[in-house]
Amino acid sequence: MVGIVGYGSYLPRFRIKVDEIAKQWGRDADAVRRGLLLKEKTVPAQDEDTITISVEAARNALRRADINPVDIGAVYVGSESHPYAVKPSGTVVAEALGIVPEVHIADYEFACKAGTEAMFVAYSLIKADQMKYALAIGADTSQGAPGDALEFSASAGGSAFIFGKEKIVAELLHTYSYTTDTPDFWRREGAFYPLHGGRFTGQPAYFKHILGAGQGILKKSGLKASDFTYAIFHMPNGKFPLTVGKKLGFNKEQLEPGWIVPLMGNTYSGSSPTGFSATLDVAKPGEMILLVSFGSGAGSDAFVFKVTERIDEVRDKAEKVRDMLETNRIYLDYGQYAKFRGKIIMND
Amino acid sequence: MPSPRYHREMPQRYRLEAGKCNTCGHVAFPPRMVCNCGCRDFKDERVSDFGKILTFTTIRVAPKDFETQVPYSVAIVESDNGVRVTTQVVDCRPEDIKIGKKVKFVFRKMYTEGHTGIICYGYKAVLV
Ligand SMILES: [Zn+2]
Repeated sequence: MVGIVGYGSYLPRFRIKVDEIAKQWGRDADAVRRGLLLKEKTVPAQDEDTITISVEAARNALRRADINPVDIGAVYVGSESHPYAVKPSGTVVAEALGIVPEVHIADYEFACKAGTEAMFVAYSLIKADQMKYALAIGADTSQGAPGDALEFSASAGGSAFIFGKEKIVAELLHTYSYTTDTPDFWRREGAFYPLHGGRFTGQPAYFKHILGAGQGILKKSGLKASDFTYAIFHMPNGKFPLTVGKKLGFNKEQLEPGWIVPLMGNTYSGSSPTGFSATLDVAKPGEMILLVSFGSGAGSDAFVFKVTERIDEVRDKAEKVRDMLETNRIYLDYGQYAKFRGKIIMND
Repeated sequence: MPSPRYHREMPQRYRLEAGKCNTCGHVAFPPRMVCNCGCRDFKDERVSDFGKILTFTTIRVAPKDFETQVPYSVAIVESDNGVRVTTQVVDCRPEDIKIGKKVKFVFRKMYTEGHTGIICYGYKAVLV
Protein backbone atom coordinates (compact mmCIF):
# COMPACT_ATOMS: atom_id res chain seq x y z
CA MET A 1 0.00 0.00 0.00
CA VAL A 2 1.42 3.43 -1.02
CA GLY A 3 -0.11 6.66 0.17
CA ILE A 4 0.00 9.69 2.41
CA VAL A 5 1.54 9.24 5.86
CA GLY A 6 1.14 12.84 7.00
CA TYR A 7 -0.41 15.98 5.53
CA GLY A 8 -0.36 19.62 6.59
CA SER A 9 -1.12 23.10 5.37
CA TYR A 10 -0.22 26.68 6.11
CA LEU A 11 -2.07 29.89 5.28
CA PRO A 12 -0.86 33.40 6.19
CA ARG A 13 -3.00 35.38 8.64
CA PHE A 14 -3.28 38.54 6.56
CA ARG A 15 -6.28 39.08 4.27
CA ILE A 16 -7.59 41.59 1.79
CA LYS A 17 -11.26 41.71 0.80
CA VAL A 18 -12.43 41.77 -2.80
CA ASP A 19 -14.25 45.04 -1.98
CA GLU A 20 -10.99 46.73 -1.00
CA ILE A 21 -9.29 45.78 -4.28
CA ALA A 22 -12.36 46.72 -6.34
CA LYS A 23 -12.54 50.13 -4.63
CA GLN A 24 -8.92 50.85 -5.56
CA TRP A 25 -9.50 50.30 -9.28
CA GLY A 26 -13.07 51.56 -9.60
CA ARG A 27 -14.44 48.07 -10.23
CA ASP A 28 -17.80 46.66 -9.17
CA ALA A 29 -17.16 44.49 -6.09
CA ASP A 30 -20.62 42.90 -6.27
CA ALA A 31 -19.91 41.73 -9.81
CA VAL A 32 -16.63 40.12 -8.70
CA ARG A 33 -18.29 38.44 -5.72
CA ARG A 34 -21.15 37.12 -7.84
CA GLY A 35 -19.16 36.43 -11.01
CA LEU A 36 -16.05 34.83 -9.51
CA LEU A 37 -17.57 33.75 -6.15
CA LEU A 38 -14.67 35.33 -4.24
CA LYS A 39 -14.88 37.19 -0.90
CA GLU A 40 -11.31 37.67 0.29
CA LYS A 41 -7.83 36.24 -0.16
CA THR A 42 -4.76 35.47 1.91
CA VAL A 43 -1.77 37.82 1.75
CA PRO A 44 1.73 36.80 2.85
CA ALA A 45 3.39 38.87 5.58
CA GLN A 46 6.48 40.85 4.62
CA ASP A 47 8.64 38.09 6.08
CA GLU A 48 6.85 35.20 4.37
CA ASP A 49 7.63 33.57 1.04
CA THR A 50 7.24 30.19 -0.64
CA ILE A 51 10.06 28.76 1.48
CA THR A 52 8.62 29.82 4.85
CA ILE A 53 5.12 28.66 3.85
CA SER A 54 6.58 25.31 2.74
CA VAL A 55 8.39 24.86 6.06
CA GLU A 56 5.26 25.58 8.11
CA ALA A 57 3.07 23.29 5.99
CA ALA A 58 5.68 20.52 6.18
CA ARG A 59 6.02 20.90 9.97
CA ASN A 60 2.26 20.31 10.21
CA ALA A 61 2.62 17.24 7.96
CA LEU A 62 5.42 15.94 10.21
CA ARG A 63 3.28 16.49 13.33
CA ARG A 64 0.63 14.25 11.79
CA ALA A 65 3.05 11.70 10.28
CA ASP A 66 4.94 11.29 13.56
CA ILE A 67 8.09 10.00 11.81
CA ASN A 68 11.78 10.82 12.09
CA PRO A 69 12.52 13.55 9.48
CA VAL A 70 15.86 11.92 8.58
CA ASP A 71 13.92 8.98 7.10
CA ILE A 72 12.64 11.29 4.35
CA GLY A 73 14.62 10.57 1.19
CA ALA A 74 13.27 13.29 -1.11
CA VAL A 75 12.01 16.86 -0.72
CA TYR A 76 10.17 18.34 -3.70
CA VAL A 77 8.76 21.86 -3.66
CA GLY A 78 6.39 22.88 -6.44
CA SER A 79 5.81 26.63 -6.90
CA GLU A 80 5.67 29.41 -9.46
CA SER A 81 7.09 31.84 -6.90
CA HIS A 82 10.34 30.25 -5.75
CA PRO A 83 12.24 33.07 -3.98
CA TYR A 84 15.46 32.32 -5.87
CA ALA A 85 15.80 32.02 -9.66
CA VAL A 86 18.84 29.84 -8.99
CA LYS A 87 19.01 27.93 -5.66
CA PRO A 88 16.31 25.39 -4.92
CA SER A 89 13.69 26.28 -2.29
CA GLY A 90 13.94 22.64 -1.19
CA THR A 91 17.49 23.14 0.13
CA VAL A 92 16.33 25.65 2.75
CA VAL A 93 13.16 23.67 3.51
CA ALA A 94 15.05 20.40 4.06
CA GLU A 95 17.66 22.15 6.24
CA ALA A 96 14.91 23.75 8.36
CA LEU A 97 13.15 20.40 8.82
CA GLY A 98 16.37 18.57 9.75
CA ILE A 99 16.28 16.25 6.73
CA VAL A 100 19.72 17.06 5.23
CA PRO A 101 22.20 15.79 4.03
CA GLU A 102 21.09 12.32 2.84
CA VAL A 103 18.21 13.52 0.68
CA HIS A 104 17.32 14.14 -2.96
CA ILE A 105 16.01 17.66 -3.56
CA ALA A 106 14.37 19.33 -6.55
CA ASP A 107 12.09 22.28 -7.19
CA TYR A 108 9.17 21.88 -9.57
CA GLU A 109 7.46 24.43 -11.79
CA PHE A 110 4.25 24.16 -13.79
CA ALA A 111 2.14 27.23 -13.02
CA CYS A 112 -0.64 26.12 -10.65
CA LYS A 113 0.04 22.38 -10.80
CA ALA A 114 3.65 22.30 -9.58
CA GLY A 115 2.45 20.95 -6.21
CA THR A 116 0.72 17.90 -7.65
CA GLU A 117 3.77 17.25 -9.87
CA ALA A 118 5.84 17.01 -6.71
CA MET A 119 3.19 14.66 -5.25
CA PHE A 120 3.24 12.47 -8.38
CA VAL A 121 7.03 12.05 -8.27
CA ALA A 122 7.15 11.50 -4.48
CA TYR A 123 4.47 8.79 -4.81
CA SER A 124 6.33 7.14 -7.70
CA LEU A 125 9.60 6.97 -5.76
CA ILE A 126 7.87 5.23 -2.86
CA LYS A 127 6.14 2.84 -5.24
CA ALA A 128 9.55 2.03 -6.74
CA ASP A 129 10.97 1.32 -3.25
CA GLN A 130 13.64 4.00 -3.66
CA MET A 131 13.23 5.37 -0.13
CA LYS A 132 11.14 5.08 3.02
CA TYR A 133 9.37 8.46 2.84
CA ALA A 134 9.18 11.31 0.31
CA LEU A 135 7.92 14.84 0.98
CA ALA A 136 5.99 16.80 -1.66
CA ILE A 137 4.97 20.43 -1.19
CA GLY A 138 2.87 22.84 -3.25
CA ALA A 139 3.20 26.47 -2.12
CA ASP A 140 2.98 29.92 -3.65
CA THR A 141 2.89 33.65 -2.95
CA SER A 142 1.22 34.50 -6.22
CA GLN A 143 1.03 37.98 -7.73
CA GLY A 144 -1.54 39.41 -10.08
CA ALA A 145 -0.74 42.64 -11.92
CA PRO A 146 -2.32 45.67 -10.20
CA GLY A 147 -5.79 46.29 -11.62
CA ASP A 148 -5.85 42.94 -13.44
CA ALA A 149 -8.67 40.47 -12.73
CA LEU A 150 -6.04 38.09 -11.32
CA GLU A 151 -5.40 40.51 -8.46
CA PHE A 152 -8.75 39.52 -6.92
CA SER A 153 -7.64 35.90 -6.63
CA ALA A 154 -3.83 35.52 -6.51
CA SER A 155 -3.03 34.59 -2.91
CA ALA A 156 -0.56 32.76 -0.68
CA GLY A 157 -0.46 29.40 1.07
CA GLY A 158 0.60 25.82 0.71
CA SER A 159 0.28 22.19 1.67
CA ALA A 160 2.69 19.34 2.26
CA PHE A 161 2.27 15.58 1.90
CA ILE A 162 4.58 12.84 3.13
CA PHE A 163 4.32 9.66 1.07
CA GLY A 164 5.27 6.22 2.33
CA LYS A 165 4.23 2.59 2.69
CA GLU A 166 3.58 2.47 6.44
CA LYS A 167 1.24 4.46 8.73
CA ILE A 168 -0.91 5.52 5.78
CA VAL A 169 -3.86 7.92 6.25
CA ALA A 170 -4.95 7.94 2.58
CA GLU A 171 -3.98 5.28 0.07
CA LEU A 172 -3.20 6.52 -3.46
CA LEU A 173 -5.02 4.11 -5.79
CA HIS A 174 -4.72 5.71 -9.23
CA THR A 175 -2.96 8.57 -11.04
CA TYR A 176 -3.49 10.07 -14.48
CA SER A 177 -2.03 13.13 -16.24
CA TYR A 178 -3.25 15.09 -19.26
CA THR A 179 -0.98 17.72 -20.85
CA THR A 180 -0.75 19.79 -24.06
CA ASP A 181 1.03 22.94 -25.30
CA THR A 182 -1.59 25.64 -24.64
CA PRO A 183 -0.55 29.33 -24.36
CA ASP A 184 -3.16 30.37 -21.77
CA PHE A 185 -0.92 31.98 -19.13
CA TRP A 186 2.79 32.63 -18.87
CA ARG A 187 5.52 34.79 -17.42
CA ARG A 188 8.77 35.38 -19.30
CA GLU A 189 12.08 35.31 -17.42
CA GLY A 190 12.59 38.69 -15.72
CA ALA A 191 8.95 39.82 -16.01
CA PHE A 192 7.40 40.65 -12.62
CA TYR A 193 3.74 39.85 -13.36
CA PRO A 194 2.32 37.02 -15.47
CA LEU A 195 0.23 37.54 -18.61
CA HIS A 196 -2.80 35.56 -19.66
CA GLY A 197 -4.07 34.83 -23.13
CA GLY A 198 -7.64 36.14 -22.71
CA ARG A 199 -9.83 33.70 -24.62
CA PHE A 200 -7.32 30.91 -24.01
CA THR A 201 -7.85 30.82 -20.24
CA GLY A 202 -11.27 29.16 -19.86
CA GLN A 203 -12.51 26.55 -22.31
CA PRO A 204 -9.31 25.46 -24.14
CA ALA A 205 -7.17 25.52 -20.99
CA TYR A 206 -8.81 24.94 -17.59
CA PHE A 207 -11.90 23.05 -18.76
CA LYS A 208 -10.26 20.97 -21.48
CA HIS A 209 -7.44 19.72 -19.25
CA ILE A 210 -9.43 19.12 -16.06
CA LEU A 211 -12.13 17.30 -18.03
CA GLY A 212 -9.43 15.35 -19.90
CA ALA A 213 -7.73 14.28 -16.68
CA GLY A 214 -11.00 13.73 -14.80
CA GLN A 215 -12.58 11.59 -17.52
CA GLY A 216 -9.25 9.81 -18.06
CA ILE A 217 -8.83 8.73 -14.45
CA LEU A 218 -12.48 7.65 -14.14
CA LYS A 219 -12.05 5.48 -17.23
CA LYS A 220 -8.68 4.09 -16.10
CA SER A 221 -9.96 3.25 -12.61
CA GLY A 222 -13.41 2.06 -13.66
CA LEU A 223 -14.92 4.42 -11.06
CA LYS A 224 -17.78 6.89 -11.44
CA ALA A 225 -18.51 10.23 -9.77
CA SER A 226 -20.94 8.63 -7.32
CA ASP A 227 -18.17 6.34 -5.98
CA PHE A 228 -16.48 9.39 -4.45
CA THR A 229 -17.48 11.13 -1.25
CA TYR A 230 -15.40 14.18 -2.17
CA ALA A 231 -13.68 15.81 -5.13
CA ILE A 232 -11.30 18.75 -5.46
CA PHE A 233 -10.64 20.61 -8.70
CA HIS A 234 -8.12 23.42 -9.09
CA MET A 235 -9.66 26.72 -7.91
CA PRO A 236 -8.56 29.77 -9.98
CA ASN A 237 -11.85 31.34 -8.81
CA GLY A 238 -15.01 30.10 -7.10
CA LYS A 239 -16.99 29.40 -10.24
CA PHE A 240 -14.70 27.23 -12.42
CA PRO A 241 -14.39 24.24 -10.02
CA LEU A 242 -18.17 24.13 -9.48
CA THR A 243 -18.77 24.20 -13.25
CA VAL A 244 -16.16 21.57 -14.10
CA GLY A 245 -17.31 19.38 -11.20
CA LYS A 246 -20.87 19.45 -12.49
CA LYS A 247 -19.71 18.51 -15.99
CA LEU A 248 -17.94 15.47 -14.51
CA GLY A 249 -21.05 14.45 -12.56
CA PHE A 250 -20.15 15.73 -9.10
CA ASN A 251 -22.59 17.67 -6.90
CA LYS A 252 -21.95 20.65 -4.63
CA GLU A 253 -21.87 18.48 -1.44
CA GLN A 254 -18.95 16.45 -2.82
CA LEU A 255 -17.00 19.64 -3.58
CA GLU A 256 -17.92 21.69 -0.49
CA PRO A 257 -15.16 20.70 2.03
CA GLY A 258 -12.37 21.35 -0.49
CA TRP A 259 -13.97 24.43 -2.05
CA ILE A 260 -12.04 26.92 0.05
CA VAL A 261 -11.33 29.50 -2.64
CA PRO A 262 -13.98 32.10 -1.59
CA LEU A 263 -11.98 32.78 1.61
CA MET A 264 -8.49 31.74 0.49
CA GLY A 265 -8.17 32.95 -3.09
CA ASN A 266 -6.09 31.04 -5.60
CA THR A 267 -2.91 29.84 -3.93
CA TYR A 268 -1.67 28.49 -7.31
CA SER A 269 0.54 25.42 -6.60
CA GLY A 270 -1.05 25.32 -3.14
CA SER A 271 -4.65 25.55 -4.41
CA SER A 272 -6.01 22.05 -5.10
CA PRO A 273 -3.52 20.48 -2.61
CA THR A 274 -4.89 22.72 0.17
CA GLY A 275 -8.46 21.88 -0.90
CA PHE A 276 -7.42 18.24 -0.60
CA SER A 277 -5.90 18.88 2.84
CA ALA A 278 -9.14 20.58 4.00
CA THR A 279 -11.04 17.53 2.74
CA LEU A 280 -8.77 15.12 4.67
CA ASP A 281 -9.54 17.24 7.76
CA VAL A 282 -13.17 16.01 7.60
CA ALA A 283 -12.94 12.70 5.71
CA LYS A 284 -13.82 9.38 7.33
CA PRO A 285 -12.13 6.00 6.93
CA GLY A 286 -13.09 4.23 3.70
CA GLU A 287 -14.14 7.38 1.85
CA MET A 288 -12.85 8.01 -1.67
CA ILE A 289 -11.45 11.38 -2.80
CA LEU A 290 -10.73 12.62 -6.33
CA LEU A 291 -8.11 15.36 -6.71
CA VAL A 292 -7.51 17.10 -10.06
CA SER A 293 -5.05 19.96 -10.41
CA PHE A 294 -4.57 22.34 -13.32
CA GLY A 295 -1.48 24.24 -14.39
CA SER A 296 -1.40 26.71 -17.24
CA GLY A 297 0.77 25.82 -20.14
CA ALA A 298 -1.18 23.48 -19.76
CA GLY A 299 -1.87 20.25 -17.89
CA SER A 300 -3.76 18.43 -15.16
CA ASP A 301 -2.77 15.69 -12.71
CA ALA A 302 -5.52 13.48 -11.29
CA PHE A 303 -5.37 11.23 -8.20
CA VAL A 304 -7.75 8.79 -6.56
CA PHE A 305 -7.31 8.42 -2.78
CA LYS A 306 -8.98 6.10 -0.27
CA VAL A 307 -8.94 7.29 3.34
CA THR A 308 -7.80 4.79 6.02
CA GLU A 309 -8.62 4.31 9.71
CA ARG A 310 -5.48 6.19 10.75
CA ILE A 311 -7.03 9.52 9.68
CA ASP A 312 -8.91 9.71 12.98
CA GLU A 313 -5.64 9.40 14.94
CA VAL A 314 -3.79 12.17 13.10
CA ARG A 315 -6.21 14.90 12.05
CA ASP A 316 -6.13 16.78 15.38
CA LYS A 317 -2.33 16.72 15.64
CA ALA A 318 -1.98 19.91 13.57
CA GLU A 319 -4.06 22.97 12.73
CA LYS A 320 -6.88 22.35 10.26
CA VAL A 321 -7.37 24.37 7.07
CA ARG A 322 -10.81 25.73 8.02
CA ASP A 323 -9.42 26.98 11.35
CA MET A 324 -6.59 28.76 9.54
CA LEU A 325 -9.12 30.27 7.11
CA GLU A 326 -11.61 31.45 9.70
CA THR A 327 -9.56 32.52 12.74
CA ASN A 328 -6.74 34.99 13.51
CA ARG A 329 -7.48 37.03 10.39
CA ILE A 330 -5.88 40.47 10.02
CA TYR A 331 -7.43 42.62 7.29
CA LEU A 332 -5.30 44.97 5.21
CA ASP A 333 -6.29 48.05 3.26
CA TYR A 334 -4.99 48.41 -0.30
CA GLY A 335 -2.05 50.61 0.75
CA GLN A 336 -0.83 48.08 3.32
CA TYR A 337 -1.37 45.30 0.80
CA ALA A 338 0.68 47.14 -1.83
CA LYS A 339 3.50 47.58 0.70
CA PHE A 340 3.38 43.91 1.77
CA ARG A 341 3.49 42.72 -1.85
CA GLY A 342 6.35 44.98 -2.91
CA LYS A 343 4.14 46.97 -5.28
CA ILE A 344 5.47 50.32 -4.02
CA ILE A 345 8.66 51.68 -5.55
CA MET A 346 11.16 52.26 -2.72
CA ASN A 347 14.60 53.85 -2.61
CA ASP A 348 17.48 51.47 -1.86
CA MET B 1 28.20 38.11 0.34
CA PRO B 2 26.70 35.36 2.55
CA SER B 3 28.28 35.56 5.97
CA PRO B 4 30.01 32.39 7.22
CA ARG B 5 28.40 33.08 10.58
CA TYR B 6 24.86 32.87 9.13
CA HIS B 7 25.70 29.50 7.61
CA ARG B 8 27.33 28.20 10.80
CA GLU B 9 24.32 29.24 12.89
CA MET B 10 21.70 27.49 10.74
CA PRO B 11 21.01 24.71 13.31
CA GLN B 12 19.96 27.28 15.92
CA ARG B 13 18.35 29.76 13.51
CA TYR B 14 16.42 27.17 11.49
CA ARG B 15 15.70 24.41 13.99
CA LEU B 16 16.08 26.07 17.40
CA GLU B 17 18.79 23.59 18.36
CA ALA B 18 20.08 24.20 21.88
CA GLY B 19 22.62 22.43 24.09
CA LYS B 20 21.79 20.74 27.40
CA CYS B 21 24.61 20.59 29.94
CA ASN B 22 25.33 17.00 30.95
CA THR B 23 26.43 18.08 34.44
CA CYS B 24 23.91 20.66 35.70
CA GLY B 25 21.12 20.22 33.11
CA HIS B 26 21.08 23.88 32.04
CA VAL B 27 19.82 24.34 28.47
CA ALA B 28 21.88 26.93 26.60
CA PHE B 29 20.34 28.76 23.66
CA PRO B 30 22.10 29.71 21.52
CA PRO B 31 24.34 26.69 22.19
CA ARG B 32 27.72 27.44 23.75
CA MET B 33 31.05 25.75 24.40
CA VAL B 34 31.26 26.11 28.20
CA CYS B 35 28.40 26.03 30.72
CA ASN B 36 28.14 28.40 33.71
CA CYS B 37 29.02 25.37 35.87
CA GLY B 38 32.29 24.94 33.94
CA CYS B 39 31.19 21.79 32.12
CA ARG B 40 32.03 21.47 28.39
CA ASP B 41 29.84 18.44 27.75
CA PHE B 42 26.48 19.22 26.07
CA LYS B 43 23.87 17.06 24.43
CA ASP B 44 21.54 18.24 21.65
CA GLU B 45 18.13 19.49 22.73
CA ARG B 46 15.51 21.34 20.72
CA VAL B 47 13.63 24.35 22.01
CA SER B 48 9.96 23.30 22.02
CA ASP B 49 7.58 24.71 19.40
CA PHE B 50 5.48 26.64 21.93
CA GLY B 51 6.19 29.03 24.80
CA LYS B 52 4.95 32.13 26.59
CA ILE B 53 5.94 35.79 26.67
CA LEU B 54 8.01 36.81 29.70
CA THR B 55 8.53 40.41 28.66
CA PHE B 56 8.54 42.48 25.48
CA THR B 57 9.31 45.86 23.98
CA THR B 58 7.94 47.62 20.91
CA ILE B 59 10.27 49.14 18.36
CA ARG B 60 9.08 52.25 16.53
CA VAL B 61 12.37 53.50 15.10
CA ALA B 62 14.08 50.57 13.44
CA PRO B 63 17.39 49.83 11.74
CA LYS B 64 17.37 50.08 7.94
CA ASP B 65 16.51 46.44 7.13
CA PHE B 66 13.47 46.54 9.44
CA GLU B 67 12.10 50.03 8.66
CA THR B 68 9.06 48.80 6.73
CA GLN B 69 7.95 46.64 9.67
CA VAL B 70 7.49 49.31 12.39
CA PRO B 71 5.93 49.21 14.86
CA TYR B 72 7.04 45.69 15.74
CA SER B 73 7.69 43.87 18.98
CA VAL B 74 10.60 41.89 20.33
CA ALA B 75 9.99 39.58 23.27
CA ILE B 76 11.78 37.25 25.62
CA VAL B 77 9.88 34.00 25.32
CA GLU B 78 10.15 31.06 27.68
CA SER B 79 9.63 27.85 25.75
CA ASP B 80 7.54 25.00 27.17
CA ASN B 81 10.82 23.18 27.96
CA GLY B 82 12.15 26.17 29.88
CA VAL B 83 14.50 27.85 27.40
CA ARG B 84 14.57 31.65 27.13
CA VAL B 85 14.64 32.94 23.56
CA THR B 86 14.74 36.57 22.37
CA THR B 87 12.57 36.85 19.29
CA GLN B 88 10.45 39.13 17.15
CA VAL B 89 6.69 38.58 17.62
CA VAL B 90 4.93 39.02 14.28
CA ASP B 91 1.47 38.94 12.65
CA CYS B 92 -0.11 41.10 15.36
CA ARG B 93 -0.36 44.68 16.58
CA PRO B 94 1.83 45.68 19.55
CA GLU B 95 -1.31 46.22 21.66
CA ASP B 96 -2.27 42.54 21.15
CA ILE B 97 0.86 41.37 22.97
CA LYS B 98 0.65 40.74 26.74
CA ILE B 99 3.01 39.18 29.24
CA GLY B 100 2.05 35.55 29.74
CA LYS B 101 0.45 35.12 26.30
CA LYS B 102 1.16 31.85 24.54
CA VAL B 103 3.24 31.89 21.35
CA LYS B 104 4.40 29.47 18.70
CA PHE B 105 7.78 29.60 16.97
CA VAL B 106 7.57 29.97 13.19
CA PHE B 107 10.03 29.99 10.29
CA ARG B 108 10.36 33.41 8.65
CA LYS B 109 12.62 35.62 6.55
CA MET B 110 14.90 37.67 8.80
CA TYR B 111 16.43 39.97 6.20
CA THR B 112 17.75 39.91 2.66
CA GLU B 113 21.20 41.00 1.59
CA GLY B 114 19.98 43.79 -0.70
CA HIS B 115 18.17 43.00 -3.99
CA THR B 116 20.74 40.51 -5.24
CA GLY B 117 22.19 38.82 -2.15
CA ILE B 118 21.01 35.79 -0.20
CA ILE B 119 17.78 35.61 1.78
CA CYS B 120 18.40 34.91 5.47
CA TYR B 121 15.83 32.86 7.38
CA GLY B 122 15.28 32.11 11.04
CA TYR B 123 12.75 31.81 13.85
CA LYS B 124 10.17 34.33 14.99
CA ALA B 125 7.07 33.91 17.16
CA VAL B 126 3.34 34.41 16.58
CA LEU B 127 0.55 34.61 19.16
CA VAL B 128 -1.60 31.47 19.35
ZN1 LIG C 1 26.23 23.04 33.45
